[in-house]
Amino acid sequence: MSLSRPGSRDQMKRSKLGGLLVFAFVILAMFFVDAKPAAALPTGKVMAIPAFARKYGLPCSACHTAWPELNNFGQVFRDNGYQLMNDRDSPIWQNPSYFPITFRITPNWHREAADHQVIDSPDGCFGTSPLNPCLSVAGKVNQSGFDLSGMDLWSAGTLYKNISFVLLPSSDSTAVWHFEAAWVRFDNLHNSRWLNVRFGRFELDNLISEKRMLFLSNNGGFYQIYHFNTPGSTNNFGYGDNQIGVELAGHSVDSYTRYSIAVLSSNEGGVGFTNDVVPGGSAASRTYDVNLAFSQAFDAKSLGFERIGAFAYIGQRPTFYQTADGGDEQLVGLGNKSFYRVGVAGDLYIHNLEFLPLFMYGHDNAYLGTATSSQGALPSGAHAPSFYGGFLESHYYLNPQNVILGRFEKINVGQQAFSGGNSNFGNVTAYSLGYRWYPIMFSRAGIALNGEYSRTKSIGIVPESGDGTGGPPLFPTDGVWSSSIFFGIDFDF
Amino acid sequence: MITRKLALGFALGSLALLTAGAARAQSHVDSVDPALGAPSVSSEQSHIGGLTGQAAAGKVLYRRYCIGCHGPAGDGNGMNAQWIDPKPRDFTEAIFKCRSTPTGTLPTDQDLYNAITRGFVNSNMPSWRPLTEQQRADLVAFIKTWSPRWSKEKSGEVLTIPAETPVTIESILHGRELFQKLECWKCHGPAGHGDGPSAGTLTDSKDNPIRPYNFSTGDRFKCGSTNQDIYRIFMTGVDGTPMPSFHDVIQPNDGWDLVHFLRTLQVTLPSKENDLWRGYVASHGKDIKPIGPDAANGAQ
Repeated sequence: MSLSRPGSRDQMKRSKLGGLLVFAFVILAMFFVDAKPAAALPTGKVMAIPAFARKYGLPCSACHTAWPELNNFGQVFRDNGYQLMNDRDSPIWQNPSYFPITFRITPNWHREAADHQVIDSPDGCFGTSPLNPCLSVAGKVNQSGFDLSGMDLWSAGTLYKNISFVLLPSSDSTAVWHFEAAWVRFDNLHNSRWLNVRFGRFELDNLISEKRMLFLSNNGGFYQIYHFNTPGSTNNFGYGDNQIGVELAGHSVDSYTRYSIAVLSSNEGGVGFTNDVVPGGSAASRTYDVNLAFSQAFDAKSLGFERIGAFAYIGQRPTFYQTADGGDEQLVGLGNKSFYRVGVAGDLYIHNLEFLPLFMYGHDNAYLGTATSSQGALPSGAHAPSFYGGFLESHYYLNPQNVILGRFEKINVGQQAFSGGNSNFGNVTAYSLGYRWYPIMFSRAGIALNGEYSRTKSIGIVPESGDGTGGPPLFPTDGVWSSSIFFGIDFDF
Repeated sequence: MITRKLALGFALGSLALLTAGAARAQSHVDSVDPALGAPSVSSEQSHIGGLTGQAAAGKVLYRRYCIGCHGPAGDGNGMNAQWIDPKPRDFTEAIFKCRSTPTGTLPTDQDLYNAITRGFVNSNMPSWRPLTEQQRADLVAFIKTWSPRWSKEKSGEVLTIPAETPVTIESILHGRELFQKLECWKCHGPAGHGDGPSAGTLTDSKDNPIRPYNFSTGDRFKCGSTNQDIYRIFMTGVDGTPMPSFHDVIQPNDGWDLVHFLRTLQVTLPSKENDLWRGYVASHGKDIKPIGPDAANGAQ
């Protein structure tokens, strides 16, 4: 059932008009602004600059295929602990006024739409009024307008030669802050690049980094499978989420060969012994997870640089809690049950065309998958749920300043937590198209114009984007289409 | 229907913006980087082993990786040059520090490839080993488009490095004599600390102040780290700097003696030369004359 109120069509027209106005404004602005290239800019008059570019004087494009995605030179730099290894890495080489800080935010216009949402009908109903009661119906919710992204306040660099750090306070668009990343890394222990120890909260060593992705919209700005859990599961794990713990990592001189072994708290990177980075998270358990990652790159001569890798995450999550105040206060997560995620990924080039394929398989213990306390027995018909799927993302680099983006994702639930339901319950399909244009490219700041269209279909569950009402559809057989149109000006300084 | 229209509008708008972006980006290249579009760009090649580098491909890479320091005209005046010490290489002069060829001649493609791969210690030039071999070869080809010397001259003849002589105390002592006799100490200092009497007056070919190498730090040399690299450095000289070529001054075996002595100045690096020298100093310390202006008859 769709909404076809007279007012909604007007709203759509206004949305369309707004989008066109944004387009016109952006195009005109970029053409008339004196977006001179690096050599023509008045260097020395920039008041603040991205952290590493200003330290080493390299353009953004030296380390990034298209920022924030790293190329192999950037990967080596990162693997070396944010050091070029040219004996100028220690802070002692920097001007005392140098402070390694960068912020990033994306003012944007976007339109979000989701159908099959459970909404009140008719319009203007009052839930307590018997004359005009609210009835739950399936309808479409769409919204559009100007907006802000969250903000990253990024500081990173070296504390000393071979001691590197990251501190990344990050806020959502309403300025609720948390520590997205905070770690110290001891690099090249025993003068070996194979021994590096990192301690703190950090991104898992993903071959395809979600933190560095080029899509930004609500539906396209994350990898669905990095956050997928089977419907009804209490498992909160997301492979794309930063975790907290300690990591042993190493790499060859050119980072063609890389490995990472991380031991992490079983709390989804949460702080304060909770499962979240802001107040309100459930209590953490006392167990630890392990993440293993390995990748190998190849020089494919004229084709370019090719990398393939594999990963495995083995973890546990609680199924009940020790509590106080009659159950109101959670103290410790108990009854831990296991889950795992395994997969393979690649970063493959054919000249200027980059492919990022990933396949993942996930499996949860039946107690987790059915949200059952391990103190009791499993309900009838319960199974250990599993899922599989992945994505294929492609980037075509017209030149270092223009990139066209595309992605297709598919997730299937292989084993439902309960037998008897629809076999496709929870399945997800997603498409994203986009582009990024970097009108200036130098080593002091970065700006990118980002345009995207992204669409996802999730059967019987809330779209991972949360768009719409943030709830599941009225019927578990309904496929919820959620779409995003996004134009943003992504900048860091 | 409306969603379709929006999608169509999005697609058309994206296409328009993308075209605008591409055109704008290209106009930057054409209007401000005229040398990047020089006619010779597409024809220049490099040959490194079995690789053939193409300047046209190198041009794209230069723009991505090198332009910030070496500049849009290849003259070392990139936007970051003012902050950098030592200054980036001026490719229009076609004068290169690290060569296997005689002083004053053009380096080989392999020399340039090695320099890009190795990077330059104590400078802002990193190692570009993370780039593929083909990419580095392409960059070499493009770098050669900046100067007409590459089309008029051939690379110099590659220096033949003889087999290294055994490391003996006699070899080290003879090298020490050469260090005194050839007046290496005037720049590098009697103890190799880079603090010789002339050190403060040195400039490079662009009149930028330049410091002699300080052996005591144990840093890698700019042009390599092996004994063969040291031999090659002083035999070919470091063009564009006050470091001359000694190819016509000392014999090959004498060259190895000098290498062995120079290793003893790298006091922080473990080496066979250092072990031998320390043992000799312990037993014959009183007999060793200091290096410098007071050693009238050479050091011993």
